[in-house]
Amino acid sequence: MTDRNEIWRETLRQSLKAKERMAIERIHMPELDPAIRRTNNQEVNQGLSIEQAKLEASRCIDCPNPGCVSGCPVNIDIPGFIKNIERGEILEAAKVLKLTSALPAVCGRVCPQEIQCEAKCIYIKSGKQAVAIGNLERFAADYERESGTISIPQCAPANGIKVAVIGSGPAGLSCAGDLAKLGYSVTVFEALHEIGGVLKYGIPEFRLPNEIVDVEINNLRQMGVEFVNDCVVGKTISPEDLAAEGFRCLFVGSGAGLPRFMNIKGENLINVLSSNEYLTRVNLMGAGRENSDTPVYKGKRVAVIGGGNTAMDSVRTAIRNGAERAMIVYRRSENEMPARMEEIKHAKEEGVEFLTLHNPIEYLGDKEGRVRQMRLQKMTLGEPDASGRRSPVEIPGAIETMDVDMVIVAIGVSPNPIVPSSIDGLQMSKWGTIVVNESMQSAEIPTIFAGGDIVRGGATVILAMGDGRKAAAGIDAYLKS
Amino acid sequence: MNKIVKKEQYSENVFRFDVEAPLIAKSRKAGNFVIIKVDEAGERFPLTIASSDPQKGTITLVVQAVGLSTRKLCKLNEGDFITHIVGPLGKATHIENFGTVVCACGGVGTAPMLPIAEALKKAGNKVIVIIAARSKDLIILEKEMSRFADEIVIMTDDGSYGKKGLVTNGVEEIIKREKVDLCVTIGPAIMMKFVSLLTKKYNIPTVASLNTIMVDGTGMCGACRVTVGGKTKFVCVDGPEFDAHQVDFDEMINRLGAYKEQEAEANNKIK
Repeated sequence: MTDRNEIWRETLRQSLKAKERMAIERIHMPELDPAIRRTNNQEVNQGLSIEQAKLEASRCIDCPNPGCVSGCPVNIDIPGFIKNIERGEILEAAKVLKLTSALPAVCGRVCPQEIQCEAKCIYIKSGKQAVAIGNLERFAADYERESGTISIPQCAPANGIKVAVIGSGPAGLSCAGDLAKLGYSVTVFEALHEIGGVLKYGIPEFRLPNEIVDVEINNLRQMGVEFVNDCVVGKTISPEDLAAEGFRCLFVGSGAGLPRFMNIKGENLINVLSSNEYLTRVNLMGAGRENSDTPVYKGKRVAVIGGGNTAMDSVRTAIRNGAERAMIVYRRSENEMPARMEEIKHAKEEGVEFLTLHNPIEYLGDKEGRVRQMRLQKMTLGEPDASGRRSPVEIPGAIETMDVDMVIVAIGVSPNPIVPSSIDGLQMSKWGTIVVNESMQSAEIPTIFAGGDIVRGGATVILAMGDGRKAAAGIDAYLKS
Repeated sequence: MNKIVKKEQYSENVFRFDVEAPLIAKSRKAGNFVIIKVDEAGERFPLTIASSDPQKGTITLVVQAVGLSTRKLCKLNEGDFITHIVGPLGKATHIENFGTVVCACGGVGTAPMLPIAEALKKAGNKVIVIIAARSKDLIILEKEMSRFADEIVIMTDDGSYGKKGLVTNGVEEIIKREKVDLCVTIGPAIMMKFVSLLTKKYNIPTVASLNTIMVDGTGMCGACRVTVGGKTKFVCVDGPEFDAHQVDFDEMINRLGAYKEQEAEANNKIK
């Protein structure tokens, strides 16, 4: 299945010359028409057909030392799954993915492949477009799901050792999956009523349908992972309680669920809210839909502050909720935006305005306390700062006022302190993240491991998953030592 | 899923529920709250815990049917299930022997005051409880409160029970009568605002337990933010109790009305 020297794979390699493979243009994944997607929550990217997928897979020249694998935070055997697609064994391809990734249908959708696996693709070196690894990953996972014959990864015989995972986001799910494969008895504790963490409350359905997340979670259930919702570790149950119940190790993947604000005047006006609140209302609570009691304000003139993926998710959600004018307000230029290029492109197609080099300095409200206007300071780019990006500098006196009826603040999140503050003796950074030994994700206390945004302070799904994997290996090594 | 094991009607719109929640019953402290999601379509909203029975594994909630979600909850009966309850959340009340404490409660705010009065009494305080409501039938938990209170003063707007007047009249009378070391107030925001203004005049430290709009209740969304001493705080993780004299009640009252129109619309639907 994964051996590069198997006969089928050698035959496949020889069936087409590398030069011929490299002459094929990258297949563009079909997308929903922007005019249609402005009005609904349907997934924007429509997925490849089997013919498109096989053709795209044939572009991969099956390098002997594939750079893509080293570019993947969970080291997926990328040529291994792609060659299975090329030969038409899609279910085999899905199995290869699941050897290392607990959530392939998720990663195929939300990973920034352009800066990871695809950035290391041999095609890039020759000035061509990389093999569409992410699109192929998504194809294999979707094909398997739609086939109705989902394979459950083989698990080692149960060893009866209990491990607790705190948080059911990407770090926790990935850690739980790997531990289950190693034979551990894993229970995942989630504070919210739904399993999935940021995959459910944060990422909108037009990028990642909840149903797809649920299928991946069900796969973990079938591997024996148990889930407990409505349970805040540190509040409902203490880490000591968990130890007393026989959990030998604890993985903390509780995320960065504490929104940042700018602390400017008027930020507590009604309809100025965090992206976390806005997205949670819409994504997790289904606000605005027929069968949901959760209210959400449907702004007509919406400003989203920030330039990351969450800002793009928020502004595109506002469009779908009927905004006549939806704006990204970002203090640097588009070049410095941390959002994925695809997100920026999709946002523009959907009619989002980009007010780059603008920074809000004050919000003004009416007598009921609702936001009505924002004051923006125009910026210019100065010298590069610590992040290597050119830092924004105010243009003295260049201030403009603009009408808005909703402002969504998406300038980042801080680690949520509830879990770390309930564990005595953890080493914390000044940013409130848990300090870990990076090779094992182990914290100061030998039975405690941590990963994802509670360690990184705000990163990506796949980096969190990579941490979860490393932690699972670390926990296994610790428990066997 | 949490089973309702007991339901009792306190007044026309106020009900008491004893609900199975063994872990919360064990770990909750005075001042903590829970987040409720009544059914699958339900929104998440906070309710302060009135009391608990760790042996039976139940918590007691006192609910006033005012909006869509509280009305849905109040329609449930013994044997029914609440789909989701999570907690205990928020910081527990800071309890010590302050001396004489006046607990000023308005309406359904009397329920979350119950465990606070109990804890204050156990810590050796002299506890004077003012229970205020519009009229007699809205006065709740007088008997339960009498177990912990050295003195109970009932105030009604219409004079139908106890003394006629507002909660602030009751508090001021006590302040004029004897030295008060601390005031704790729970009730509608507007009531807490006036209690706070009053005690500020007399320089009496005052704690208010705030009940703002929340979604997750764990610090994730920031819907509950309030300005305290000029700084933004999250009621769910930094509170729910704050130094009342530092709270910007006008902003809080505004923010409680954030979804006024949607709530009115939803309310009309279930009428």
